[in-house]
Amino acid sequence: MSKVVAAANQAANNGVNVAALLGAREALTAAPEAAQFKWRATSEWQSGTHTKSNVRSFFGLGEEHNHVEDYAFDTDHPEIFASEDKGATPVELMLVGLAGCLTAGIAAVAQNRNIQLNSVTATLEAGMDIQGILGIDSDVRNGFDGVRVNYQIDAVASAGEIAALVAQSQKRSAVFDIITNPTNVTVEVNK
Amino acid sequence: MTVTRQNTIRAAGVTDVVVIGAGHAGLAASYCLTERSIDHVVLERGEVANSWRNERWDSLKLLTPNWQSRLPGFGYSGADPDGFMSMPEVVDFIQAYADFSGAPVQSNTTVTSLRQNGDGYRVISSSGEWQAKSVVIASGACNVAVTPKVAEAIPAGIRTLTPHQYRGPQQLDAGGVLVVGASATGLQLADEIRRAGHEVTIAVGEHVRMPRSYRGRDIQFWLDQVGILDERYDEVDDVVRARRLPSPQLVGSSDRMLDLNSMSDNGIRLTGRLMGFNNGLAQFSGSLRNVCALADLKMNRMLDAIDQWIASARAGSDFPAPERFAETRLEASPKLTLKLDDGSIKTIVWATGFRPDYSWLHVPVLDRKGQIRHDGGVVAANGMYVVGLPVLRRRKSSFIHGVEDDVRDLSAHLHATLKAA
Repeated sequence: MSKVVAAANQAANNGVNVAALLGAREALTAAPEAAQFKWRATSEWQSGTHTKSNVRSFFGLGEEHNHVEDYAFDTDHPEIFASEDKGATPVELMLVGLAGCLTAGIAAVAQNRNIQLNSVTATLEAGMDIQGILGIDSDVRNGFDGVRVNYQIDAVASAGEIAALVAQSQKRSAVFDIITNPTNVTVEVNK
Repeated sequence: MTVTRQNTIRAAGVTDVVVIGAGHAGLAASYCLTERSIDHVVLERGEVANSWRNERWDSLKLLTPNWQSRLPGFGYSGADPDGFMSMPEVVDFIQAYADFSGAPVQSNTTVTSLRQNGDGYRVISSSGEWQAKSVVIASGACNVAVTPKVAEAIPAGIRTLTPHQYRGPQQLDAGGVLVVGASATGLQLADEIRRAGHEVTIAVGEHVRMPRSYRGRDIQFWLDQVGILDERYDEVDDVVRARRLPSPQLVGSSDRMLDLNSMSDNGIRLTGRLMGFNNGLAQFSGSLRNVCALADLKMNRMLDAIDQWIASARAGSDFPAPERFAETRLEASPKLTLKLDDGSIKTIVWATGFRPDYSWLHVPVLDRKGQIRHDGGVVAANGMYVVGLPVLRRRKSSFIHGVEDDVRDLSAHLHATLKAA
C-alpha cells in the first residue's frame, strides 16, 4: 500500500473509540452475563401535565455506575392542549431518543468502516391520530401511526456507502428496535 | 472374510475413523480417506442421502446448476448442465457417487452416543459399538427445523408446519397461510402455496436477495468466477454472522427470479419479522423497510463486484451490459398485525432455519448455542472433525460442490494426526 493511500485510510476520525467497542464485543461474547444492563429513570409530577424526570444510575458489566452528572428532563404538553408547555411532549422525547440512537450508530459504523463524517443532521416526524388518546375512536391506536427520519449526511463516501451506514445503524439500534417491536411493560404501584 | 469392502456390512469393532453420515459430505470424506488408505466406516442412520430422500418438500430443486454438482473424483455427466436436479435426481447422484467410490457405508445404523475413550472415541450405534482413533461428523446442518420462541404462544386452532413436515400445498387446509421467514425455503413455499389458491402473508426478517442470473450467466457462475465462494472462513469479515445467514432467495429454475417483488406480483402480502402473538393478533416488526434496504444494498455490492471482475478481466464485450434490479417494493404502511382468531389464517409455515442435532454427542465441544466449536472443521477435541456445515472452511462449504476442498484439507489434517499418534 502506498503511503498516500495509507494516510487517507487512517484519516477517518469521528470521535468514536471503535477499538474499545470491538474489544467490548469480544469480551462480552466470552462473558455474556456481563452484558446484562439495566437502564433507569426516575420521575416526579410537578403540576398539571408537567413532570420532571431524572437519569443518573445504571447497571452494567456486573456493577453499578453513575453518569458523570445527573440529567434532568421536563415533559409537558403544549398550550393548545391547555397545558403550560414547560417541556417537550413525551412522544417528542421518543423522537429525540431515536435520533440520538441512530446518529450514534451512524458515527460508530462510519468509524469502523473508515468513513470520515463531516456533518450528520436528521429531521424526524411522527404521525399521530389523537382520536386514540382522547378515546374518540377505539380503532385508532394511541401511539404513532408511522415515523419518518430524514438524514442529511456529508461524508467522504459514495451514496451507496452512506445508505449502507444508515441501514446498518438501524439494524443495530436499540431505540429503533424498541419502537418497531413489541416490548412487555409492567407498571406497578407502591402505596 | 470379504475382500471387497463395497457395501459390505462389517461387524462393529475397531477402525481408524468412523464417519457419521452418508450424505454428500460424509461420502466425500470417505473418498478422501480411501485415497489415503485410511481404514474407516461410514455409519448411516437410514440410507445413502437420507435427508435428501426424506426431509425435503416435493417441488424442491437444487439451488445450484447441474454443471456445479461435483464431488471428489466425480461429477455431473448428464445432458442438461444448466438444469437443476429434483430431489430424486439428487438422491440418484449421491447414490451413484456411493457406488462409484465403494464407500464402506453401513446403512440403517443410527449413532446413539459418541464419547471420548482413551486416546480415541467410542461410538455406540443401533448395530453395535465402534472404537475409533478419529471421528468425522457429517450428520448434516439441517436435522432439526428451528422454530422461534414466539411459536409457543400460537393461538389454538392454527396448524403449524415445518419445512420437514411440508411436502406440498395439497397438505394444507383451505384458508390463509402465514409463512414465517424469507429464505429460499420461505419464498419457494409461499410462492407455491399462493399458486395453489391460498391467501398468503410472508413475514420478512433479514434475508439475502440474489438474482438467478446476471449478465447472461447463472449467478453461481459469477460467484465461482469472482472467487466469492472461495473466500475462506478465516478471511470472512464476521464468520459467526456468515454461518447464520439465511439461504439466498433462489429457486432451481433458470428462468425465474425469486424475490420479494415476485412475491408481491404473485399477490403475496409482505410484513415485517414475526415478533409475537398477543390477544389473537400476530405482531410484526416495523423494520421491514430497513431489512429490505439492507438486502438491496448487499445485492448491489455483489453485482458491483461482478462488474468489477468483468472489467478487470477486460471481458465486458463477452457479456450483456450491467443491470440493476428494481428496489424491493413495499406498501406505504406494511401491516404490523394480523388477526389470527377470526379464522382467516389456518396455517403457519415456519421457514425459520434449521440446526444440527447433536443430542448423541457426549464430548464437551458444543458452545452455549449448541453448535460445535471448531476451527475450519477441526473440532476442539483431538481427532474429531466436522464437515458439511455453512462456511465451514469457505463460503461454498454447504454446497455440494463446496465440500471437496474442505474434505481434502481435513483428511490431510486427520492423516497427519493419525501418523503423529
